[in-house]
Amino acid sequence: MSRLGVFVCHCGENIGATVDVTEVAERCKHMPGVAHAEDYKYLCSNPGQNKIKQAIEEHQLDGVVVAACSPRMHEPTFRRAVTDAGLNAYMCEVANLREHCSWVHEKADSTTEKAIDLVRLQVEKVKRNKPLDTIQVPITRSALVIGGGIAGIQAALDIADSGHKVIMVERSPALGGHMAQLSETFPTLDCSQCILTPRMVDVSRHPNITLLTYSEVEHVEGFIGNFKVAIRKRARMVDEDLCTGCGECLQKCPTKNVADSFNEGLSMRRAIYVPFAQAVPNIPVIDTENCRKFQGKKCDRCAKACPTKAIKFDQKDQIINVEVGAIVVATGYQVMGTERFPEYGYGTYPDVITGLQFERYASASGPTQGVIKRPSDGKEPETVVFLACSGSRDAAKGVKYCSKICCMYTAKHAMLLKHKNHHAKAYVFYMDIRSAGKNYDEFVRRAIEEDGVKYIRGRVSRIYEEDGKLIVKGADTLLGGEPVEIKADMVVLASAALPNHGQGELAQKLHVGTDPYGFVAEAHPKLRPVETTSAGIFLAGACQSPRDIPETVGQASAAAAKVTALLSRSHLAREPLVAEVNRKPAPQFSDCTGCLLCETACPYQAIGHEEIKDRNGNVLKTVAKINPGLCQGCGTCVSLCRTKAIDLHGYSNEQIFAEIMSL
Amino acid sequence: MADEAFEPKITAFVCNWCTYAGADLTGTSRLKYQSNIRIIRLPCTGRVDFMLIQKAFARGSDGVIVSGCHPNDCHYTSGNYHARRRWMVFNDLMEFMGLDMRRVTFSWVSAAEGAKWATLVNEVTDHLRELGPYTEYQRLLNAGVA
Ligand SMILES: Cc1cc2nc3c(=O)[nH]c(=O)nc-3n(C[C@H](O)[C@H](O)[C@H](O)COP(=O)(O)OP(=O)(O)OC[C@H]3O[C@@H](n4cnc5c(N)ncnc54)[C@H](O)[C@@H]3O)c2cc1C
Ligand code: FES
Repeated sequence: MSRLGVFVCHCGENIGATVDVTEVAERCKHMPGVAHAEDYKYLCSNPGQNKIKQAIEEHQLDGVVVAACSPRMHEPTFRRAVTDAGLNAYMCEVANLREHCSWVHEKADSTTEKAIDLVRLQVEKVKRNKPLDTIQVPITRSALVIGGGIAGIQAALDIADSGHKVIMVERSPALGGHMAQLSETFPTLDCSQCILTPRMVDVSRHPNITLLTYSEVEHVEGFIGNFKVAIRKRARMVDEDLCTGCGECLQKCPTKNVADSFNEGLSMRRAIYVPFAQAVPNIPVIDTENCRKFQGKKCDRCAKACPTKAIKFDQKDQIINVEVGAIVVATGYQVMGTERFPEYGYGTYPDVITGLQFERYASASGPTQGVIKRPSDGKEPETVVFLACSGSRDAAKGVKYCSKICCMYTAKHAMLLKHKNHHAKAYVFYMDIRSAGKNYDEFVRRAIEEDGVKYIRGRVSRIYEEDGKLIVKGADTLLGGEPVEIKADMVVLASAALPNHGQGELAQKLHVGTDPYGFVAEAHPKLRPVETTSAGIFLAGACQSPRDIPETVGQASAAAAKVTALLSRSHLAREPLVAEVNRKPAPQFSDCTGCLLCETACPYQAIGHEEIKDRNGNVLKTVAKINPGLCQGCGTCVSLCRTKAIDLHGYSNEQIFAEIMSL
Repeated sequence: MADEAFEPKITAFVCNWCTYAGADLTGTSRLKYQSNIRIIRLPCTGRVDFMLIQKAFARGSDGVIVSGCHPNDCHYTSGNYHARRRWMVFNDLMEFMGLDMRRVTFSWVSAAEGAKWATLVNEVTDHLRELGPYTEYQRLLNAGVA
């Protein structure tokens, strides 16, 4: 027979006003198995908790029901109190008399009766509770960072500096992401490469960082503290250990007409290439789709030119398996291409370009060494029109959201144009100017007031070519919608920032959620902004939604702090409310018949199977096996199991049946 | 015929993450509803086994509510899909066996829908009051069907 204690809380007047608390305590005394019952003003207070502890000792209680507010509020408090008195934490249950009874019903006998029912239900449950111990899961003290843009770089450096090992996976041949493509950065106009390059070098030299470029995540399994990741390191056809980065091979390659994606297609590169001069690592890649050798022709000029024999045409992709305790997703974004805009010529007018292409022209290391030219004839444009919100805030044709960075970089672009060519005319069509941020509005004002950039509030309805000019037709909504027509030499679209390509597949591999647009979803938009919906997986940067560099870096450091806190422990404590497959003596071994329906239904891949063998190694039976480290305790397998071989600790069939029967 | 003094007995199986929290919110918002309902807390609607529903009827419940997270919001990502799939099979089977399916309500109430919970409980209570006591179930039990 159990010796249970029931403690009924008045919660000041919160419960007492509609429920006759003394009556509840009195009636509980007569419930079978209850050895002690009392009521108190505030059980969650220190004296209240002490009352529970004293009663446990005095009456030698082996289980406790606290009838008070919602267990979602104070269950941990009361569980801690009973452990202080020597009971197992899971021998305490909470009956919800406040949120589910006193606050939602009028003062009446039926309300007090309901309160008594709610306590009886928990009394019957606790009788069937078993002491449980928290599960200790060991933590692999290293992290994986996916994406080598500024977000990934910052997160990796912070984690590595705190003494943990980091594996960084970047799918392109070099680090840097979009920041490496930028010319100068708002709001200070400092050179992007100058502030980024040292960081890239730090990553490559850091003793705690293993850098895998030209690599992608192939497969992920496991859970917080214990992820197993398979990484595909694609064949560069260049031996990274032998290559010295001398660049001899690059000059010899006869294929010279591949669109250079780092320069956003504004220049050509060879089939063997380094994405940009300051690339980290400074090791070339053979683009096998364009290399003559891989197209079945005879050519080995790069191999001949290589002084260290580093070119390996027979190199194969490699699968690298790593174990990490935490993952940071920092996969960034992509921009909408000009071909997505029918009214601006579907990408057929060469002089309608994206903001990212403008960055390459403006960059000192770009295709024109920083001279702003136009693609069609290489002339310096005199009149340039910038279209903010191209595709953003346009539910019908583009995306619904604001891309956030465009207002600022459009002001920057117009400013850079004026700085480089004082006679040039810069027009900006905009919907609203969104320039909230430290020194941001001042920056936009400078463009307008000091550099004389003309801002026109309105949309552009059409662009067409005429006599070597682009005719931009729009309306000025501040002048009552008066039509505006500008003869421009070049048009720059501040096109929407989109989730990066491949983001969906990666999210699926990681089991992290995405928002309706396809960006990585945060666990809570306000309180858990750098965590994903999967424990142990964090996010940083523009993969969450469009953002600028300062915000990206701040968030990357925040994600790194979360990772560091996780990795600073050797073990992780988990609630023991997990499912288990029953075991019985031979010859039955278990009620499980090995149908393994549960294995496919489990959302966490926590269920596998094991073979029960005799002494000679013959398989006698196959039964399901649940990994308590992976199980999250949803109970789906329990209700699915045809033979009731699985039960869930804390919510067992016996416990729930007893609850039903108590009513 | 529903009798004047009849008060239905209702058992609710709710998930901890959405509906239980939603019902907590009903409380913190001080919204009132009828007191016939008794909530049994489960981790997820995926844990709702139809034996539980049968047991509740056998014990004399006049109605049962099963409520959890909205389709894409299950705390365990897919528990409620399994519950729904199972529910569809169960529905046909129970109907075939002669169970009065008007007495089982399947609903989604999120942690933010305190008002929806109050409305749901009131609607179900009123409806069951009209239907009257579920004495028929005991007959099914005695006939060995349920
Ligand atoms: C035209 C333009 C101008 C801008 N100017 C400024 C400015 O002046 N100032 C400012 O503060 N911000 C500016 N920005 C914004 C800036 O580009 C972003 O804030 C910043 O690049 C975000 O960094 P990130 O690391 O999150 O993403 P990214 O820079 O996009 O980096 C993501 C990295 O992850 C890699 N990756 C992607 N998917 C995978 C995968 N599945 N596996 C492995 N690796 C992957 C990519 O190859 C890339 O290297 C500008 C943006 C644009 C478009
Ligand atoms: S947790 Fe609410 S339905 Fe699964």
